[in-house]
Order: sequence, then structure tokens, then C-alpha cells
Amino acid sequence: MSNRIVVAGVALAALTFLPLSHAQIGAPPPTSPGIDGWGRTITPPAKDQKPAPAPVHDISGIWDPPNGVGNQVLGAYSMPEDGKPEHQLPYTKEGLEALKETKPTNGVRSVLPAETNDPVIPCDPQGFPRSDLHELRTTQILQTPQKVVILYQFNKIWRVIWTDGRELPKDPEPRWFGYSVGKWADDYTFVVETIGMDERTWVDRAGRPHSDQLRVEERFHRVDLNHLELTVTINDPKMYTRPWNAMENFRMNLLQPAFDVHEFVCSPSEFTEYNKLLGNSISERGNK
Amino acid sequence: MQTLSSLEREKILEEQRWTHRLAKSQMRRWSLKAKLLIVVSLSLGVSILTVPAFAHHGYAAYETDRKITVTGTVTEWFWANPHCVLQFDATDDKGQVVHWGAETENPTTMTRQGWTKESMKPGDKVTVTMLPVKNGKPIGRILEVVLPNGEKLAGRVNPATEVKPQDAPK
Repeated sequence: MSNRIVVAGVALAALTFLPLSHAQIGAPPPTSPGIDGWGRTITPPAKDQKPAPAPVHDISGIWDPPNGVGNQVLGAYSMPEDGKPEHQLPYTKEGLEALKETKPTNGVRSVLPAETNDPVIPCDPQGFPRSDLHELRTTQILQTPQKVVILYQFNKIWRVIWTDGRELPKDPEPRWFGYSVGKWADDYTFVVETIGMDERTWVDRAGRPHSDQLRVEERFHRVDLNHLELTVTINDPKMYTRPWNAMENFRMNLLQPAFDVHEFVCSPSEFTEYNKLLGNSISERGNK
Repeated sequence: MQTLSSLEREKILEEQRWTHRLAKSQMRRWSLKAKLLIVVSLSLGVSILTVPAFAHHGYAAYETDRKITVTGTVTEWFWANPHCVLQFDATDDKGQVVHWGAETENPTTMTRQGWTKESMKPGDKVTVTMLPVKNGKPIGRILEVVLPNGEKLAGRVNPATEVKPQDAPK
């Protein structure tokens, strides 16, 4: 075959495919809970079935994120780091300097896996609020008269939100998931305030920074029996000139009470093996 | 020069169907483009398709505008976090055996896509479609695996907004 035909083929390929924008490309095949952690097949509820009203003062249940895995690959669900002006965060000068120190593997500032300093990748805790803003997978919420407990699937971690009337501590010792208290704003909205987060954590996957001044509000709104919406607001005057919503009305679907959530753990030994098999090689600079 | 078999042509069209899920009007345009793709692929001996921009752990290392298909024999199926890894041997154009490594996402996500720890075992002959790594090594990010019985397992695809480094906060 002559070179002319090959060149024509290349040109045709370019003309045919390069103009396709990502907007033209649809979503991947939908995921569903499918088989639970015990290997049992789960039947999703009929979609045309109208849910019952929300129960009063009750957000307990097993909640599944809208896309199945809750990935927030470019950063916080409502404010991804995608270069769009409407998603530009209100950084202070100090905030912008702190941002430059983080090297994420996603978003506009992404680096190769071997060059990242993302604490989550080598299995450090996500901490809070990243437990909401990284991969908010299937989430179990339990309630007792004294507290609300959230069991996160990602890394099999849990948080306690005290509802016994206590105040947030003054000048607490920082910890990965901070200190949380919650109150009912109305019959269907539970509001959580959290402070005292460890500064080694990132706000989200895009490496948004926070300081010791970080205060996070979560609003869990039970829309009806089968749906819970989560709004997360970041308030850190050292890093941001004003509060911003990292998640707005992130809707989750109720699963059957017998659903057994799959185990999802970051294992350092598995991580080492992955790097040996592949991770180190993909980060090497090659001939291309 | 390589030519595409009718099976491969059908495979390209089928990949387009599940990967792109376009609206009807867009699908009509794609039908034409699919035909053009076959012509181009016959000339080049490779398949070139536009696939979504990815953004997940490790995607910076991969070409996101090209995909390759390789058939080989499984040597190991590593089912673990952070990503599962399929290793297989394939014979290249020069008759040399090349050892490939290809990754998916984590086991929990892949379970929702219908994959299991037992999906593949050493000795299985599989056909793997993947994004190639930028550094030219025999490594890829899995878009699809065709099993010995013809069953197809779809990789998890994360469509993400197209982003550029110059858009980073300054």
C-alpha cells in the first residue's frame, strides 16, 4: 500500500475522530449494588414505585451513592478542580501557597503516581472531610440516643457524631477525623459540625488544603424514605476567603437492611505488591 | 500490513455501543464514523478511537486518546487494592513473547461491573483492550477483557471533564 494512502488514512482518522468532544461521550455502563459482600444477589427497588415519606429524626440506613462508587475524581463533588471559572475556589494567599505543596494524581495539576504526595495513596487515613469528598461509597448510618455513627466503606472507617448535647471541645488535640456534634435542624435535617482535623490530611482528592481553623458543616436531609441528600460546607478562613459548598444535595439511595457492604481496605502489603507488578513501571519515563 | 477480521470490525462497533452510549442523533453520526474508522483501521492496522478523559489514581501515566487490543495467555490475575492487575503473555509481530501488565480499578468497583477474583486464571486465553501507557512499556489500563468463553468484562470508565494543566489555580 502506498504511503499516499497511509497518509490519507491518518488524515481521515484525524478529521473523523479528533473533533469529538468529551461532552459527546456518554456515561459508562451503570453500576448497581448487584451482589453484596456475602455473595447474595440484591434486587433494586422498582423505580416507578413512589417512596414512602421520610421518618422523623431518622437518617439511619445503608446508603448508596448515585454513581455506585461515589468517586470524586477531580476533587469535591460540587467544586471539581476542572479549570472552570465557576469551580475556582476562593483561596487566600496562604491557601494558594498551601495548594502548591500538594501533588495529586488527578485534576489539572495531576502528576505521575510515583511523584504524588497524596497521603491516601500509600494508605494513610483520608481523615475528615475527605471521607465524604474522596470516594463516598456505600455508607451505613446507625443511630443511638447518644450518637450517630457513620460507617464508611472506603478503608472501613467510622465516625462518631455526638448528639448528647455536648459542645465542641475548645482547642482540641487534632485527630484524623476531628470532633463532631450533631443536632436536628428540623424533622428531616440533621446538621453536623466538625473541628479539630489533622493538618496532614487533604480536603479532597484534588489536594485542596486546610488549616487548623477548618470547620465543616454537614447537612443530612432525608428527602423521603429512600433518599438522603448530603451538603458539605468548608469554612477555613486561613485558606479560603469565604465558606464554600464542597457537596450540594449529593443524593444517596437506601439499600435493603440486609445488604452486606463489601470490604474495602487499603492494605500496605497489597500496595507494595501492586507497585512491584505495575505501579513503579507506569511511572518511569520512557522513550516516547 | 495487518487487516481487521470481520470479528474485529464487529468488536470495534460493539465497543462503541457500550462505551459511548450516544443520543440517537449522535448515534447516527457515529454510525458513519464507525464505517470511516474501519477504513482507517484497514490502512493503519491499528484501531484509533476517542475515549473519555480519565481521572483516577494513575491515569496521568496513560494515553487517553488511543486504545490497543492484545490477545494473550494469562499468567496471573491479582485481585487486590488499590488496583487489580492482569498479567499475560502475548506474541508480538516478530514472534517474541511479550509479558504484559494491565490494570483495572479496585476489587469493590470491579465487583459492581461483574468481575470476580475467579474471572481469570493462569492459562486462560484472553483478548484485552486497553489504554497504552505513555512510556511505551507493555502496560495498559483495561477497557475490556474477552474471556475464553466469549464473555466480555467491561472496565470501569470514569468520564471526567476535560482538563488542562494551564487551567490550574495560579
